[in-house]
Amino acid sequence: MKPSRSILDKDPKKAPTGINGLDEITGGGLPHGRTTLLVGGPGSGKTILALQFLVYGALECREPGIFVAFEETSKSIVANAESFGWQIGELQDEKLFFVDAQPKPELIQAGDFDLGGMLAGLEALIQQMGARRIVFDALDMVLALLPDAAAKRREIYRLHDWLLAHEVTGIITLKAGGDESETIGQNPFSFMQFMVDCAVILNHCVVLGVSQRSLRVQKYRGSSFDENESAFLIGKQGFEVAVARTLDRVDAEVTNERISSGVSRLDTMLGGGYYRGSSILITGFSGTAKTTLSGTFAEAACGRGEHTLFVSFDSDGSEVIRNLASVGIHLEQHVNNGSLRMVSARAITGSAETYLVRIKTLAKEHQARCLVIDPVSTWSKSGNDLNVHSVAERLIDWSKAEGITMVCTRLLDEMSSLAEGSSPLVISSLVDTWVHLNYLVQAGERNRGLSIVKSRGSAHSNQVRELILSNDGVTLADTYTAGGEVLMGTLRWEKERAERVAHEAVDDVVKLKRVKLDAEEAELEVRLKSLQVELQAKQLEKASLLRATQSHAGELSRSRTRMGELRGADAEEQAP
Amino acid sequence: MTQQALFKFRLYVAGDALNSVQARTNLTALCLIYLAERHEIEIVDVFLEPKRALSDGIFMTPTLVRLAPMPARSIVGNLSQTQPLLQALGLEVPAL
Repeated sequence: MKPSRSILDKDPKKAPTGINGLDEITGGGLPHGRTTLLVGGPGSGKTILALQFLVYGALECREPGIFVAFEETSKSIVANAESFGWQIGELQDEKLFFVDAQPKPELIQAGDFDLGGMLAGLEALIQQMGARRIVFDALDMVLALLPDAAAKRREIYRLHDWLLAHEVTGIITLKAGGDESETIGQNPFSFMQFMVDCAVILNHCVVLGVSQRSLRVQKYRGSSFDENESAFLIGKQGFEVAVARTLDRVDAEVTNERISSGVSRLDTMLGGGYYRGSSILITGFSGTAKTTLSGTFAEAACGRGEHTLFVSFDSDGSEVIRNLASVGIHLEQHVNNGSLRMVSARAITGSAETYLVRIKTLAKEHQARCLVIDPVSTWSKSGNDLNVHSVAERLIDWSKAEGITMVCTRLLDEMSSLAEGSSPLVISSLVDTWVHLNYLVQAGERNRGLSIVKSRGSAHSNQVRELILSNDGVTLADTYTAGGEVLMGTLRWEKERAERVAHEAVDDVVKLKRVKLDAEEAELEVRLKSLQVELQAKQLEKASLLRATQSHAGELSRSRTRMGELRGADAEEQAP
Repeated sequence: MTQQALFKFRLYVAGDALNSVQARTNLTALCLIYLAERHEIEIVDVFLEPKRALSDGIFMTPTLVRLAPMPARSIVGNLSQTQPLLQALGLEVPAL
């Protein structure tokens, strides 16, 4: 019994029911101080809804309540309510009073009667305990005893006037067939729907063997309300009404934080990993390693110490753990230390609503930050066709609002191609990231290919990668594109090897060439050296020749002078 | 035997509501005809004693309770339908 969402403003004209969803639909609760009619077939949850309204009022709103039981005994009602964990025993008599008003089977009727006695008694009770809420459960039981339609009508008006005069918020429940049109037309109490200020119709029907409950607010005087039929569930804690996101709800906080997918190359492909709080869809045929890929995500999340919930619709939790351990994903330790919770939902048959509510409850209990649903396609099995899409929408909406990063897998049937086929569950447009896994059958092999179909808000690789599962874990490998064909597996390996060999050959050629060039270079250098030495020798020779020539010339001139002296040459000749 | 037994009645009424007034009149008339000198009638007005109505389990008014002879019997309504009332009280119409 948690209070409803805090974003709802407290409206003094509304009496909150404490029922998740119903308060959203009605914009805060039932009309305060007025009468609400609750119509539904057998087992549609009228009593539970009415009782939850009283319990919530007594616990959270300081509004004591009275429960007038015309059908079941108060003992059995209290016993039923305790199974929802409502501590009625503590409230009883002071804040919550049960009045047993079942007509006794041995009762003899002789003539017309009215409800004045009961109302007088209740009036005293209201004053005594200050009751603000009252429920008349299965009023039709007592009305059926009245002799004619006029008397029934008179008593209903009496009750209605009495409720208004005392300004207590009342709920009157009435049995009616599951069919809504029947309620309006043939039911002798149909005029009540015109009289009251608010009418809620509960439906319970079975579609292809799956029980579906829904609720609709038929009228609500003086207030806007969600007019659509909303699915609801009677869960462990009472009523849960599924509501789509309403317009006035605040946007969930978005973050730029990236978290790992558990496969480092996939993180790279996604530009850093999944966004925190985003929803990721992994599609593929059977055996394309969808579970494995969600397992790596769960392992990475637990490794960061984040609480993770792993819901498996295919196999038992222990089977998943064993199977994933064979590809190097070890989840057992995380289960043991409490960060991972494995839930097998294989055995649960129920409507998609049931799954959604259970998942929400489990996630809340576990305080999960990461969620894996494997596979979400189970939901679209028979009986859920009508609402599975809205359930998936609300699942994604809810996980975003809670900031939970969600990975869900979706099995594709063999016949359909990449598109999600004719299934009503089309969630690829809702998710943020869509990773598609595919088989490529080639050269007698079946290999897994991974591609990112979309990833909102991040650049991502457009290439197909090969997904390789080994004992050590999951890796991605580049595929080879040759002649318009994508090569994987052995072909890729062969191609890789061929390329390696070719590469080595090229290397050798280059090496040889280099050695040759080295040799030539060395040779040239040697030649250069010897030529330099030769040059030096020539220079020396030339210098010595020059010197010899100069000394010879000097000798000649000196000899001429000496010869002149000796011959007594003219003075003119001597003194220029 | 039963002809001689004392009949004790308790009639729960809701003030002066039409049904309650009728019930009172009808009961008095019936007693005069069939149970002259061997009946007691206690009238409980639930408007005056509201808590008693709840604790006695009276939700519909008027309600007639036959306290004696045992077993106790409750009859709801304004007692306008004489035949079922007489049957319930074990007062068969004497053959004329």
